[in-house]
Amino acid sequence: MELSAKSGDKLLEVTDLGVSFRTDEGLIRAVDGISFTVHRGRTLGIVGESGSGKSVTALSIMRLLPDTAEINAESVITLYRSDGLVTITELRPNSREMRRIRGGEIAMIFQEPMSSFSPVYTVGNQVSEPILVHRGISKQGAERFIIEMLDRVGIPGAAQRFREYPFQLSGGMRQRAMTAGAISTHPALLIADEPTTALDVTIQAQILELLRELQREFQMAIIFITHNLAVIAQVAHEIVVMYLGCIMERGPVREVLRNPQHPYTRSLLAAIPRIKDTSDRLRAIKGEIPSPLERPGGCPFHTRCQQMIPGRCAEHKPDAYPVGPDHFSSCFLHEEVRSD
Amino acid sequence: MTDVPDLLTVSDLKVYFPMRRDLFGSTQGIVRAVDGVSFAVRKGETLGLVGESGSGKTTTGLAILRALEPTSGRVTFRVNEQTVDVTALRGKELRQFRRHMQMIFQDPYSSLNPRMTVRDIIAEPLVASGLAKGSEVDERVRETASRCRLDLEYLRRFPHAFSGGQRQRIGIARALVSNPEFVVCDEPVTALDVSIQAEILNLLMDLQRDLGLTYLLIAHDLSVVAYISHRVAVMYLGQLMEIAPTRELFRAPRHPYTEALMSAVPEVDPDLPLKPVQLRGEIPDPADPPSGCRFHTRCRYVQDVCRSEVPALKELSTGHMAACHFAEELELRGVRGLPPAP
Repeated sequence: MELSAKSGDKLLEVTDLGVSFRTDEGLIRAVDGISFTVHRGRTLGIVGESGSGKSVTALSIMRLLPDTAEINAESVITLYRSDGLVTITELRPNSREMRRIRGGEIAMIFQEPMSSFSPVYTVGNQVSEPILVHRGISKQGAERFIIEMLDRVGIPGAAQRFREYPFQLSGGMRQRAMTAGAISTHPALLIADEPTTALDVTIQAQILELLRELQREFQMAIIFITHNLAVIAQVAHEIVVMYLGCIMERGPVREVLRNPQHPYTRSLLAAIPRIKDTSDRLRAIKGEIPSPLERPGGCPFHTRCQQMIPGRCAEHKPDAYPVGPDHFSSCFLHEEVRSD
Repeated sequence: MTDVPDLLTVSDLKVYFPMRRDLFGSTQGIVRAVDGVSFAVRKGETLGLVGESGSGKTTTGLAILRALEPTSGRVTFRVNEQTVDVTALRGKELRQFRRHMQMIFQDPYSSLNPRMTVRDIIAEPLVASGLAKGSEVDERVRETASRCRLDLEYLRRFPHAFSGGQRQRIGIARALVSNPEFVVCDEPVTALDVSIQAEILNLLMDLQRDLGLTYLLIAHDLSVVAYISHRVAVMYLGQLMEIAPTRELFRAPRHPYTEALMSAVPEVDPDLPLKPVQLRGEIPDPADPPSGCRFHTRCRYVQDVCRSEVPALKELSTGHMAACHFAEELELRGVRGLPPAP
């Protein structure tokens, strides 16, 4: 499929995405005007702490937001196909077209495979669902194909496992099975939301390796969402750093992690312990992450920022200013860089 | 720290759980969650205890504190120039002894009673053990709270109003209010956001320095363990695989499981790609552990002897012990680019 599309071509473009939730305590702006691009065959890492809006971003792309959420009118999410484009934000979540995209062209895997699986159906039954829905294939054909996929993702005794129930599999095996189902339709984009957070490190390493192999094999783009900077360093080509619904910094992974520009990214990198360098005291970021109900105005990080500019950061929201090739920082410290 | 006396010793600790599987509740086997673990913790040090899920690290911590009854083995504690056999304490003796050993829990959201004020939560261990009465309680609570960098204004409030970092500070204050010598910290920063973790880790280190505390730090995040531990013990399927000074363990592990574990830890550097040692298969069922060395089913260096004989925990150099038949011969890979201990 889509043989004319090349690795590196633009696949998904998110422009000015804003998402609000209606709650009893008021309107929460979970995502506030974010923009980024995903390229074919490459991995975009989205890193952020709780309340950063990273999962809401993923659910917006899938159009799987709950009824209490609303995608703001100015938001545009565009999926580029080899034969044209489709604007996801213009589709109804339950439309035929959106259902074709969801699970077909864009698939998703989640953090805890135990809660994403139903306990009462076999693994095979659930993992076969996307391909049965999207490929109009016979049940026997699907079974044969899925057993092959389970084997491909490294599940020993795949035919046996196909007939077992989720509780009979370990956490690592469940994550492999969920991945097998997600990629069975050969999606152009896989969204992985904290796929290794619930797993032990040795299993995490295996899943990261598996995703890398599958990406190479299927030329698949990945949006990898995590709170873990070390994991993002290992998997992503480009990264987006989010805080309270806004993008603070984005750029090539090496640039952002080696040469961080935004005060938030810098603080975050100085706050994490590293095995190789335990001599220095960690520099904690002052204060706590504000509640999404009391989101600070202006730059959302200004309440904790060491370099806050009085009269500027609390009042105005910075644009994304270029700080290097494909590298942007949403901080007034970098405003003047724009002129040269 | 070699001249410092041991505060706590654990000898051949075993914790077995009966497994009930059938409808009538009859025992269908035994899970050997902790199966013959021995180590000592020196006064004023942090011993990190690492291992994957099911390794028995939390069970070990709970059994030391007698929050869980050990099946067998001995735990001794040095207090007021005397050695107390913690495993032999009963009833009132045990209740009174608890003030010497406390615990900090992983999840600050579920470990604080939502119906108690912060003041009452922190005061509870004092009141329960009868250590202080009346205004003395308030004085101790206020002193401990400010040590833990809690705003004294918060004492009148309920815990739901607080963020994860503040709740964890309340949990730490509660653990420290009875002036314990020893604290088990079970995944103290795992549930916290990255930007909050550093604050709590630094607080734990400051409290150790100021109060002469001794910690057993249970954590799965090896970077956290490396940051605050003086020594690290590695567990696998209920047994100790290796124990060594932190830097030495990370630089030159002597047990193949430690090597595999460390090789799987990602670094915040895109130019140091992960090269994990491939572990065969999955963690075996702790109700039916492998014969011989428990790690042999997954070890890439396995030999016949490993399947039949349990390796002893041998001292290879000062303070560095590993339970592997080939610990002296194997050349194992540690963390890349880590300089030797100063």
